[in-house]
Amino acid sequence: MAQQAAISQKPDPDDAQGPSLHVAPSPHIHDRAFTTHRMMVDVVLALTPAVAMAVYLFRWSALIHITLCVGVCLLSELIFTRMRGRKATLNDLSAVVTGLILALSMPATAPWYAAVIASAAAIGLGKIIFGGLGMNIFNPAMVGRAFVMISFAGVMGAGAYESASGMVDVISQATPMNALKQSGTFAMVPNLFLGLTNGSIGETSALACLLGGIYLCIRRTASWEIPAAMIATVLLIAGAADIVGHFGGRLVLQHLLGGALFFGAFFIATDPVSSPLSSRGKLIFGAGSGALVMLLRMFSGYPEGVMFAVLLMNAVTPLINRWTIPRTMGEGF
Amino acid sequence: MDAPIEVMPPPKRVVLPLLQNIGAPCEAVVKPKQEVAWGETIGLGKAFISANLHSPVSGVVEKIGVSTLPNGRHLPAINIRAEGEQVTGQALYEDVLGGHWPKDCPAIYYPATIAKAVHESGIVGLGGAAFPTHVKVRPYDTKMIDTLMINGCECEPYLTTDYRLMVEAPKPVISGALYAARAVAAQEVIICVEDNKPEAIKQLRMAAGHTVVKIAVLKTKYPQGSEKQLIKAVLDLEVPLGGLPADVGVAMSNVATIAAIARGVIREKPLTHRVISVTGAGIVRPKNLLVPIGISMAEVIDYCGGLTRDAARIVAGGPMMGFAFSNLTTPVTKGTSGLTVLTHDDVRAENETHCVRCGRCVDVCPMHLVPTKLAMASRYGNVAVAQQYNITACFECGCCTYACPARIKLVQLIRMGKIMVIARSKN
Repeated sequence: MAQQAAISQKPDPDDAQGPSLHVAPSPHIHDRAFTTHRMMVDVVLALTPAVAMAVYLFRWSALIHITLCVGVCLLSELIFTRMRGRKATLNDLSAVVTGLILALSMPATAPWYAAVIASAAAIGLGKIIFGGLGMNIFNPAMVGRAFVMISFAGVMGAGAYESASGMVDVISQATPMNALKQSGTFAMVPNLFLGLTNGSIGETSALACLLGGIYLCIRRTASWEIPAAMIATVLLIAGAADIVGHFGGRLVLQHLLGGALFFGAFFIATDPVSSPLSSRGKLIFGAGSGALVMLLRMFSGYPEGVMFAVLLMNAVTPLINRWTIPRTMGEGF
Repeated sequence: MDAPIEVMPPPKRVVLPLLQNIGAPCEAVVKPKQEVAWGETIGLGKAFISANLHSPVSGVVEKIGVSTLPNGRHLPAINIRAEGEQVTGQALYEDVLGGHWPKDCPAIYYPATIAKAVHESGIVGLGGAAFPTHVKVRPYDTKMIDTLMINGCECEPYLTTDYRLMVEAPKPVISGALYAARAVAAQEVIICVEDNKPEAIKQLRMAAGHTVVKIAVLKTKYPQGSEKQLIKAVLDLEVPLGGLPADVGVAMSNVATIAAIARGVIREKPLTHRVISVTGAGIVRPKNLLVPIGISMAEVIDYCGGLTRDAARIVAGGPMMGFAFSNLTTPVTKGTSGLTVLTHDDVRAENETHCVRCGRCVDVCPMHLVPTKLAMASRYGNVAVAQQYNITACFECGCCTYACPARIKLVQLIRMGKIMVIARSKN
């Protein structure tokens, strides 16, 4: 053993310039291009077109909501992690992503306190109470959104989106999904696609969401299975409704491009923490979300169903994970 | 790195641990001060899964001391001081890889004769696992072998030993393949090479000529060289969970092992030398070297110009599955496929964060396991869940840890879990 002691792990003191060696278990290299932090940066980048569209369409109200939600989310993360005696994890940027998604799902007319309360609930009740990033069962942004939607139904409900005295023209109209629900009127398809309609501040433009969403899927920060299955299911169910009601394709397009479907499919349902692990599980999750969206849109009192659809599917994610354990290679022979 | 195989000058001393293979150690049959010749048997593997050991130099036994392997095991080892004239340089290269290799296997070689010669030559799997080859290359009484697969897919990134061997010495590979096929009575012989090695494919095809040996070209990916993955890719067969390739009628060996079989059977020369890659950004002059087994890692590193200033980790094997070690007197063993020196930049440590359940580990697992579930079950000592999710099927390729965005040491946790599961099932 004396021989071993002579060759110590530390560099020879006479050769201070020499390399210092250390040991660790394999593997010794990692994929540098993919970290949790980078995933969050990707989401922020992917949200840029939707944010730009929101600011273009809703001007100051969009900016105020985004600033408030992101700011309060970061602050809540700081306060709540401190309260739990944990190290603050602000630099993983997950609170920024939650804040952004929450802000983009708010109506432009929502009062400032709704944004503040929603953000605090999102981080506090949606995330930190479960143990922080990675531990939450539900999508934090949607927890916050649901919290204020139920608490302040008057100022957050479907009717609240319309405001004749609004700062910008677009909010004097009904949201396309509400118009469809209440009076069966269809919005112009190009307007829906580009996003020149009323709605939650970030959801209106299918194009902006599609651009960001494709980027996320190419980066593989979001799994393509979820949006693909979700949109395909909506297409299928709305298509059936369309054929039955002889709408000649207009109803399908309203359901696809109106409301928060694209925003929800690419940015909300794809939250990795609250969605299943395996590819098969993700397909089931996406299809379930899509089916629930259509169920809520067609048969509930709400004109839009993405938020509740995703929250409901979040609740069954552990179950889906249990159903879709991949077959180990060589198993069952 | 695409460096031709270079013959390393003979060392002054070699250290030969008595256990260099999976299975039981061999027993030393030499005493201190005894003179030994090159190739003389110095250890006898008496157990069924064990291998003989031979002196890679001519010299004098100094002592039977203790040596530490990269995996941390302390083992008795025969130390031999080289004395007298040594075969080296081109003569050694010719002896190991060069010269004439017959393509037909004469009828005087019965399967049992070949298996016996392999046993006597002390050959183990040279791809890294070091499983005694005579156990694989023998007529089976219970299982029919119809295909002999020869693994020419590099087992690890960075390493190029198999590639250089196939390019420079395709003939012993083909000869060895034919002899090994006779030993296991295989009808089909397939050499599997990844598509990033066109030169190796060309050389093997030329050497194979009109023999039954076929070359299968596969997509380049890690871990393509893993036996179960390779069988799936080439034959579309799945080795049953906990089973061996023999269960689906396949015998598999690495190309270097096959070349060693040719040398052991045709030339009756034991396994005393092997080719290793010395590579990575932390080594001054990366090389592929033909070295005697038992040479110290320090000598190999010195021969390659030493370590660079920013060298941080020395790994026996490749960067995905190799063992990091700190004791440079560690000898090269039969299973050492290379020496990878990584720099501080390569191994920069990042803090572990919570799993975000992205499923990347599930996507990359070649065994279709759920690594995050296995790792968390291991961390919290949940043996039942670990077993339910087939933890023992993991062969520790490292893909999940490589891909994990939260930098969780998944493989290490799974290793701990496997130990718990095995301990539990023994009770």
